[in-house]
This record gives sequence, C-alpha cells and structure tokens, in this order.
Amino acid sequence: MKLIAAMSGGVDSAVAAARAVEAGHDVIGVHLALSSNPQKYRSGARGCCTIEDSHDARRAADVIGIPFYIWDMAEEFHDGVVEDFLSEYAAGRTPNPCLRCNEKIKFAAVLDRARAMGFDGVVTGHYARTEIGPDGKTLHRAVDHSKDQSYVLSVLTIEQINGAIFPLGDTTKVDIRKEAEERGLAVAQKPDSHDICFVPSGDNAGWLRDRLGSEVGPIVDQDGTKIGEHKGAYTYTIGQRKGLGLTVPTADGSPRFVLKIEPVTNTVVVGSREELAISTMKGERPVWCGPAVDSEHTRGFVQVRAHGAALPCTYYFDGTLLVAELDEPLLGLATGQAMVIYDGDRVVGSATICETA
Amino acid sequence: MLENAIAAMDAQLRTLGNPSSLHTQGRHTRKDVEDAREILAKELDCLASEIIFTASGTEANNTAIKGIYWQQKALGKNVIVISAIEHHATLDPAAWLAEHEGAEVIYAPVTKDGVIDLDFLRTLIAKRGSEIALISVMHANNETGAIQPIAEIVKIAGDIAVHTDAAQSFKKIQLSFKSLGVMALSISAHKIGGPLGIGVLVLRRGVEIPALLHGGGQEREIRSGTLNAPAIVALATAAQDKSYDAAAIAKIRDDFAARVTQVVPGSFVNAINVERLPGIVNVTFPGTQSDTLLLLMDGEKVSCSTGSACSAGVHRPSHVLMAMGHDEISAMSSLRFSFGRTSTQADCDGALAVLPSVITRGRAASGV
Repeated sequence: MKLIAAMSGGVDSAVAAARAVEAGHDVIGVHLALSSNPQKYRSGARGCCTIEDSHDARRAADVIGIPFYIWDMAEEFHDGVVEDFLSEYAAGRTPNPCLRCNEKIKFAAVLDRARAMGFDGVVTGHYARTEIGPDGKTLHRAVDHSKDQSYVLSVLTIEQINGAIFPLGDTTKVDIRKEAEERGLAVAQKPDSHDICFVPSGDNAGWLRDRLGSEVGPIVDQDGTKIGEHKGAYTYTIGQRKGLGLTVPTADGSPRFVLKIEPVTNTVVVGSREELAISTMKGERPVWCGPAVDSEHTRGFVQVRAHGAALPCTYYFDGTLLVAELDEPLLGLATGQAMVIYDGDRVVGSATICETA
Repeated sequence: MLENAIAAMDAQLRTLGNPSSLHTQGRHTRKDVEDAREILAKELDCLASEIIFTASGTEANNTAIKGIYWQQKALGKNVIVISAIEHHATLDPAAWLAEHEGAEVIYAPVTKDGVIDLDFLRTLIAKRGSEIALISVMHANNETGAIQPIAEIVKIAGDIAVHTDAAQSFKKIQLSFKSLGVMALSISAHKIGGPLGIGVLVLRRGVEIPALLHGGGQEREIRSGTLNAPAIVALATAAQDKSYDAAAIAKIRDDFAARVTQVVPGSFVNAINVERLPGIVNVTFPGTQSDTLLLLMDGEKVSCSTGSACSAGVHRPSHVLMAMGHDEISAMSSLRFSFGRTSTQADCDGALAVLPSVITRGRAASGV
C-alpha cells in the first residue's frame, strides 16, 4: 500500500514508520506542523511540534530512508482542537484534546488529504491494534495495556479505521525503545511527551485563566448556600478536593468535593463524597468503531479516562444517547469526557458524556 | 559538482598546506589560492585584489551589507534600500540592522513581472538620497529568474553604494563587475558546480569596511579565517567551465513554459514578459498547494521547489510572488522548475507528462 506515516519526532512514530516500510509498504513521512508559531510552544521535553521535533522527525525519516515532508495543519489544529478545548472548558465540561486531534486532524484532515493524493492510509505510532474480523476491520487495545491508546482513538469511524495502520499495537513500549536503538534512531531515548501539547508549561489552570479570564464566583453547597469564593470556575475539576480554600466546615467534619461546575452562573457546587457517586452515564454524538450499538442491553466495559480502569457495565443506545449502567458506582465524573465502550479488548464505540446520575 | 572541480579539489586536498604559512608547503598552497583568485577576477571582470573569499554567499552578503552600512552610518546615513524580492541572505541582514543598529530599511517594489520599479528608486533618491547608506538589489531573482537592471540602478544611485547578490546569475548570463559598476557583488560556488561552503565578495578596490569576522586578517582585514584552499581552487575551476550551454537550456525552458499552460489549463508562467535566467520557470497552478505538488512530483521522480519555508519547514507564501501582486493563496500554489547543465529535452517532456495527473491529485487534496 501507499501510506503516509505521521511522524511527530518521537520514538513511537519513527518505529511505526520503519515497521511499515519493512512490511513492504511504500511510505512517505509527514510531520504535522500544528502550531503557527512553533517556538511559542517549545519547552523541553514537554509537548510536541517544536522546531526540534520537526528536525527529529526529518532525521528519523532520513535514517529509515523515506521521503519526508512537512504539512501545515496549524489552522485546522487551532480551530478543531485548541478552540474546542477552550469552549468546552468555558461551558463547564472537561474535554480531551488528544481525542479531538485524532478525530479532526490525524484521521480526518490528514487521511482525507492523503487519500485525495492517491495514498491508501495513514500510519501512526499509537499503541492500539486493528483486526480483520467477519464484520470488517475492528479497533482493539494494545498488548501493552499501560500504554494502550485505544481510548483516544475511539472517535474513529469504521471508514477512518480502515485507513489507519497501527504497527506498534503488538509490542511494549520498552521493546519499542530497544528496537529504535537497534534501528539507529536517535530518538530511541527521547522522553515521552506528556500533558497537553499546546500548554507547554503544563499549567492547564493558568493557561485557561489567561484565555478565559479569572472572574471570581461563589462556591456553594448542595443547598445553594455560599461557603466560599473561586477564581474562575473552569479551573476546577469534578471530584477535586484540594485547593478549594473553604473555611466553613461541614457539620460532621467530612471533606468536600467539587460536584458540579455551572459556567452560566460561574458557580462551583461542592458536596460530600457520597454525592459524587454516579452509577449511570449518558453520552451524546456516539461513534461506532464497528457494528452499531442498539437498544439491546449488552454486557461490557466502559472507560472514562485515557488511562482509567475498564468498569464493568451494561450498555445500550436509546436512539439518541449511549447509556452505560455501572455495576459499581464511580466517584467524580466530569461531563465532556469520552465514555468508551469495550467488548473485552475490542473498542465498540464512544460518546461524549453529557449526563450522569 | 563538476568533475573537473572535484578533481581540482581532490588534488589540492592531497598537497594541502596553510596558505598563510611561510614554509614551502604553505607557499605552494598560497600560489594555488592566488592563481584561483586571478582566474576568478578574469571571470568576474574585476581586479584580483577586489576578491574576498568567504565561506558562503550568505557570508558575502552579510559582510557587504553590514560593513557598508556601518561605514556609512558613521557618516550619518542610516537608510538601506533593498528590493522586495531579495533572497533571505539579503533580507535578513537588512532586517537585523533595522532591529539592532538603527537602520531604516526601505523595500523597493517590483512590477508584476518581478523587476524592480526604477521610477520608485528615482523618486526615493531624489527625496532622500543623502540619507541612503546603500542599495542592495539581486542581479537575478532565484524564484522567477527575472533579471534586474543593475547597471541602471547604479546610474540612478550616483554616489550611493550599490551591492548586488549575483549568486543566481554568475556563469548563467553575462556578468561583469566593472560594467555593472557596483561597489560590491556576491557569488556562491555551489551555484556553478563548485563545492559547498565557499563564496566570494567582490569589493571595489580601496573601499574599507568594518569586518564581521576578526582574527588573522587574511582577506584585506575584512574577512579573517584560514583560507579554504581546496574549495577556492575548485571554485576557480568551476568558474572556467564552459559546459553550461545557456542557449540550449533557454530553449528547453521556453519549450516547457509554452507547453505547461497547455497541459494544465488555467496555469500561468510568472515573469513571462521579462528577460529571465536561462534555467528557471515559475508556474502558478490555481487551486493547488505547492507543497502537495512538490510531494507528488517527487513521487514521479521530478524535483521542483516551492517558494520558501519557515525554520520549522512549514510552507509559506513566497514573498517574491507576493511582491509581484499575488495573494497568499495564489503564491502558495506556485512551483519553480529549474533546468541546468545536465537537463535534457526528455526531462522537460517527462515533467510535462506527469503534470496533469499530479495537478488533478493536488487539486483534489487541496479541496478536502
């Protein structure tokens, strides 16, 4: 196949490109420039898309022996990922930008452009697997569960999964680094990128405050009684206990947790640990990574964070929303996060959490 | 690199001494360097003593622009005039002087065919001539090939120092330091089949300018650093080469320019109405993005180039085409095709044969 290898400048995408070449594909390396002002986002090992990363990607492509180009996706990234991140927080939800990037950039803008140019698909260094089953290609967890990235890929449609190649899903990260070393790739020991690539300082709250302002608002309890003040509601996370700065103790002395963020009134609602517990979640804008989910109640697992646990549940689609009923209650779940349904290791589909109870 | 230049470099590497050493081996190398200087003087139509060896064309430009500016600034002049279509090796030193050394940079506009607007220059000099420290205009543009009227600029400039970057034109078209009448001129060896990492600044005899590189004072105290004798000798050898057949290359270029607009309807050749370098054709393909076209052409084994890229390698609209009146979208849908010494009619035909399919795919990709 004729493939585009998306090369970030990191070790994973470099090895993925090398493996695709070795598998006999005709591969071209492409580095996505996601920031219109790369230096602005440059900061040591954090993030990606710096000038240094683009050099690392080019060097890896040269060592592998494939052509290399840079594609400017800064505008698409800003509109589809950064703006979405800001507006989700402004609306009191907790978004996952990596998921948006996969949905809107890597397997949309890039895959579409690649296909228009006559390529068959896109190779990435994500830790995930695909399998060809009786119902077509399906998406699965990587064998290295600690590095598994199927959660952030769960927004891919069947059409997108068909154009995606994940050569690393069968290997552990440790072995990928070893393999990179053996292949003579200088990025073999390059640190993993963490956090959010467009927030190089790692200070998400500060970054959000700079852009969304830090308007003071009330912290109230479940009855609506004001018990404190906050500086910008969106810098709080559901389930957060520390850093609330509350001086009014509860009657029984038990700690308080953030239960709800109400952006319209700029209010943070707090309550007891018990009040955090939810047993049902509903998600909008579902995406099926294989056969569509229907109204039949089905046993499976739901995951609500990138590296969170797979929680046993019963799930179904009510015609509008994807619903998961948990076997055991879960403490603290923010809307805006993705709920990803698994059937064993297979990704069934995902939706954006809009309701919890 | 030319075979005879490789041979000259190889031979020099085998007998290498430091040309500044006083012993026999050093003197031998010195003789080879000075022979090379005389050969280059003949090719450039200047005095041997006017040749200053540098490590690149970029260094030659920096030495000239910064040196002349500093010299003139001491006389109270701080305006630098450059054309809007200069190479970054001129644009950036001028911008640096504006940022750090109090220069005011004036960018002379060009016509829609990419030639400097002489009326603008005349008016500017009439108004502010006494403030102008130097004028720097390239001899021929690297993106469109458009040849600039340097001799006329020198005439209009009068006493004002004129520098020209002739990296693109040396050995491609007639070039005479004396006839152009400029104070300074830069060339680069690798553009004529010589090695990488060697350039020349021709600086009029008697002109003393502050140095960029201080040290042993090897080149008129204007450029210090041990002379790169093997590269210098190879440059001189390349400069004497006669294998660049400008007429034959221009014929291929003209054929390409005429047929490209036929095989890709809607495309057009930039700077078509003016005298251009023999080997350059710059074509705009509306509805495409040139970085996509470059990738697809590369896949068809045809190398061409886009205007420019930023330090991260991101494709940017060409400032040259923008100066000629293109908007960003149009500037970013243009490709430069270069024909050289080894180009054949078959290369031209081959590029034209793959273009329609590349453009179709390129248009599809830019539509998504």
